[in-house]
Amino acid sequence: MPILTVNKLTKSFGGLMAVTNVSMELEKGELVGLIGPNGAGKTTVFNLLTGIYPPTSGTVTLFRDDKEERLEGLKPHIICKKGIARTFQNIRLFRDLTVLDNVRIAMNKNVKYGLFSTFLRTKSYFSEEKEVLEKSMQLLEILKLAHKKDELAKNLPYGEQRHLEIVRALATDPCILLLDEPAAGMNPAETAQLTEMIAWIRENFDLTILLIEHDMSLVMKICERIYVLDYGMVIAEGTPSEIKSNKRVIEAYLGEEMGNA
Amino acid sequence: MGKNIQASSGNRKWISTAGKLLSLVLFFVVFQLLISFNVVNDYLFSTLVKIGINIILAVSLNLITGFTGQFSLGHAGFMSIGAYVCAIITLRYYSVWGFVCGLLAGAVCAAIVGILVGLPTLRLKGDYLAIATLGMAEIIKILFRNVLDKWTNGAAGLSGIPQFVSWPWLFVLTVGTVILVSNFINSSHGRSCISIREDEIAAESMGIGSTKYKVMAFVTGAFFAGIAGAMYSSYFFYIDPDLFGFQKSIDILVIVVLGGMGSISGSVIAAVVLELISMFLQAYPELKMVIYGALLVLIMLFRPQGIMGSRELSLSFLKKWTGRLGQKNGGAA
Repeated sequence: MPILTVNKLTKSFGGLMAVTNVSMELEKGELVGLIGPNGAGKTTVFNLLTGIYPPTSGTVTLFRDDKEERLEGLKPHIICKKGIARTFQNIRLFRDLTVLDNVRIAMNKNVKYGLFSTFLRTKSYFSEEKEVLEKSMQLLEILKLAHKKDELAKNLPYGEQRHLEIVRALATDPCILLLDEPAAGMNPAETAQLTEMIAWIRENFDLTILLIEHDMSLVMKICERIYVLDYGMVIAEGTPSEIKSNKRVIEAYLGEEMGNA
Repeated sequence: MGKNIQASSGNRKWISTAGKLLSLVLFFVVFQLLISFNVVNDYLFSTLVKIGINIILAVSLNLITGFTGQFSLGHAGFMSIGAYVCAIITLRYYSVWGFVCGLLAGAVCAAIVGILVGLPTLRLKGDYLAIATLGMAEIIKILFRNVLDKWTNGAAGLSGIPQFVSWPWLFVLTVGTVILVSNFINSSHGRSCISIREDEIAAESMGIGSTKYKVMAFVTGAFFAGIAGAMYSSYFFYIDPDLFGFQKSIDILVIVVLGGMGSISGSVIAAVVLELISMFLQAYPELKMVIYGALLVLIMLFRPQGIMGSRELSLSFLKKWTGRLGQKNGGAA
């Protein structure tokens, strides 16, 4: 059963075709990789899926709770509310806010109390704030950041900042998680730990994950399916072993050595 | 054990709320006595009124500029709407109820104009928004001077406005504004506003509709600026359009920047300090602006983030420090 289908998605910036006719399908619960050389348009695909850019043409359809919803052209915050969360390639935390506030902000969409309760601190304010706090702390505890809740996000070590971005994305209660190079800048030990964590959150949060990554050890280990992008076009799709032996992929991206491995 | 900790923190919350309430009441009573015994004479009281009005203006602008990150140069425009609406109403209905209606009507009108102006302009960023809000304030000024002069008496201004702002009014409105705005900041809506300042794209991607929250902050700020304006007209008898020009908007912005963008207590402190400085400099009229300007330059040189930065003054600061010391000691043992 597909949860997200992307049909002939195209984005041009002036005369430059950043993404051309990209079609993808994510099955529910899948962990899919999106790889390709620098400048292939991977992040642009993410930006199109999350509404940061409106696509030039093509459709994005989300299937959630037996409903079919078209997402292309919607604003990012609405797409987030429909259930697609993301992290960013160059970390975009709320740097001057605490770890806890970073997570609480992402829970905003569940908060129902209005302006009146906000100003006058009615009961619903206290009960909902308490709930938000508890849920945020739960998430932080699960992902082992609870002891740093009062730390400013910018003061966290790099690896933890990446983890916090994932926690923040999870806090929006998504059904699809888009991870943009989660292992960038990490050492092999950290990458191995992250690999486990990604697999773990998929199981426990009932998620479908699409991830962009250059670290092939991570991609080949946990992705069930891989799409390869080059010059804004999908040049191959398949299981890790199929991709490893695909001629075009080796030519465009992996190189001989990886292909032999 | 967990329950114990929760219970004791609940108790502590009550104690600190009660403590705050008590100190506010004490503050009110002390000043009321000082005013009754004429220790605070009319001149000092007018300074007090200016401080209160500036606190309201600065706190409400801080909500827009410091917390939500939307650079507005038109705050005096909203103030003038509150001032004129309240003045026109109290001139017709000379009673406390007239004043209350004027106060509310002024604030609501300012908020409505805030929506009308905010919806189209808040999609602009940084300098562009500043210019747009500046233009808005100028338009309002011209409207009061030239177009609506049937009601506003044009450039000559309105005079003889009934005076209702006494110490209780001043106290309730000023403290009320500070409390309401900080309630807003410390809520989910407030956090959403702050997240827009921090990183608008990330905030949008986390499900926060930036236009909605920008407009919300802008309108709330405009509402309280309207209240400040109403208080101004009701205390100083006289208003004319030029009182609410570009200069006034800058004055408010100076308080916000000096106190610290994103700090309510900073705005309060800066409003008090700046008014006191200008009161003491009254004795040297020819040097007043020179010294005042030099002070601003010095403070910005040595504390560019403002007096408070983005922190708040509170007792929990002390607690944090003692908590940290405790942790260190615990770690050592």
